[in-house]
Amino acid sequence: MPETQQPAKIDLNNLKSGGFIKERGKDLFTVRLRVPGGRMSVPRLKKIAEVAEKYGGEFVHLSVRQSIELININFRNFDVIVEELGEATQKVASCGARVRVPVACGGCEYNPNGLVDTQKSALEVDEKLFGAATGHHKFKVAFAGCPFDCPKSATNDVGFQGAIYPQLDKEACISCGLCAKNCVPKAITMGKDNKPVFEDKPCIWCGDCVKVCPASAWSEKRRGYTVRIGGKWGRNPLVGTLFATFLPEERVVDFISTVLEWYKERAESLGRIRLGDVIIKEGPQALLDHLRKRYPENTVAATIPPQVIETQVGIRS
Amino acid sequence: MPVIDLRGVSCPTNFVKAKLALEEIEAGETAQILLDDGEPVKNVPRSLKAEGHKLLGLRQTDEGHYALELEKGED
Repeated sequence: MPETQQPAKIDLNNLKSGGFIKERGKDLFTVRLRVPGGRMSVPRLKKIAEVAEKYGGEFVHLSVRQSIELININFRNFDVIVEELGEATQKVASCGARVRVPVACGGCEYNPNGLVDTQKSALEVDEKLFGAATGHHKFKVAFAGCPFDCPKSATNDVGFQGAIYPQLDKEACISCGLCAKNCVPKAITMGKDNKPVFEDKPCIWCGDCVKVCPASAWSEKRRGYTVRIGGKWGRNPLVGTLFATFLPEERVVDFISTVLEWYKERAESLGRIRLGDVIIKEGPQALLDHLRKRYPENTVAATIPPQVIETQVGIRS
Repeated sequence: MPVIDLRGVSCPTNFVKAKLALEEIEAGETAQILLDDGEPVKNVPRSLKAEGHKLLGLRQTDEGHYALELEKGED
């Protein structure tokens, strides 16, 4: 692990948005890299390996939120690392009370389950909102391409889940019954005429009927994101609840900004508080009203506050 | 019509076997594929559709498995 011989001259701008995290050892830091949506081009990966080998320890760490973290970095090497990584346009991530790097599943380009382009959304949010100070606490965003929800979107401050609303062309239907068979929430049943009957209420907009239909009789009527707000994990977990449906993909950045605006205003003088706790304090209706002004088509009529998950239910002797 | 019997073959091996079997017939020809209930019948027809084959029908037999009829698509 080479060290620069000159006295440390650190560009403090590199530290401004965080991403350099103090380790146990003297002078040693973890450098968290910015990997929106977990997509890493092969040339960037090579460059990271090169830099890690030159300045870091014997391994890197894959963080829970899809970042690559360089381990055992001497703070004197911050500048040179930022510069060398920059050659591969690899940037350092954030920490603290800021909008974090968005998490996303693989999306829809190669994953047959994906309903929306989560990778595109993650890149847009990263480009427009990354590192924005919230003034209060961290702010996490995640994108799931479908209701299988591998990224666990509802455990984020704002969680997006790809959704499609199905419609049936009865003429094209070959009465095979696969849609009813595949419909997990039982929104589709087979009618007396041996054609599917759709019930709106149980539908979770997963699109399995569209995907499975051999005759393309099912198709999408609407597509967008189901949005849950107010989630977090940690010592006092909250699961975010439903605030908007079928949000168009191109309105994601603006939607998050609208939520941030409300968060900043309502958390005023409350100190270090997460969005979910602000919603519990103010009531979800206040946020719904705020969102409805800009998103009348998408904001749900009513919702429940973020749900407390009681994790400490074991009996202690 | 050729019958491709994939009963007892699990995902995704059944799909791969179906692909290989379909290589033996000409585009435009029809074939019947026998699939188990459960994951195979949920996944294989959808994957074959995505490969460009035309699914003509699907029915459950008295024995409980499924018979999928398809027309081989162009390569």
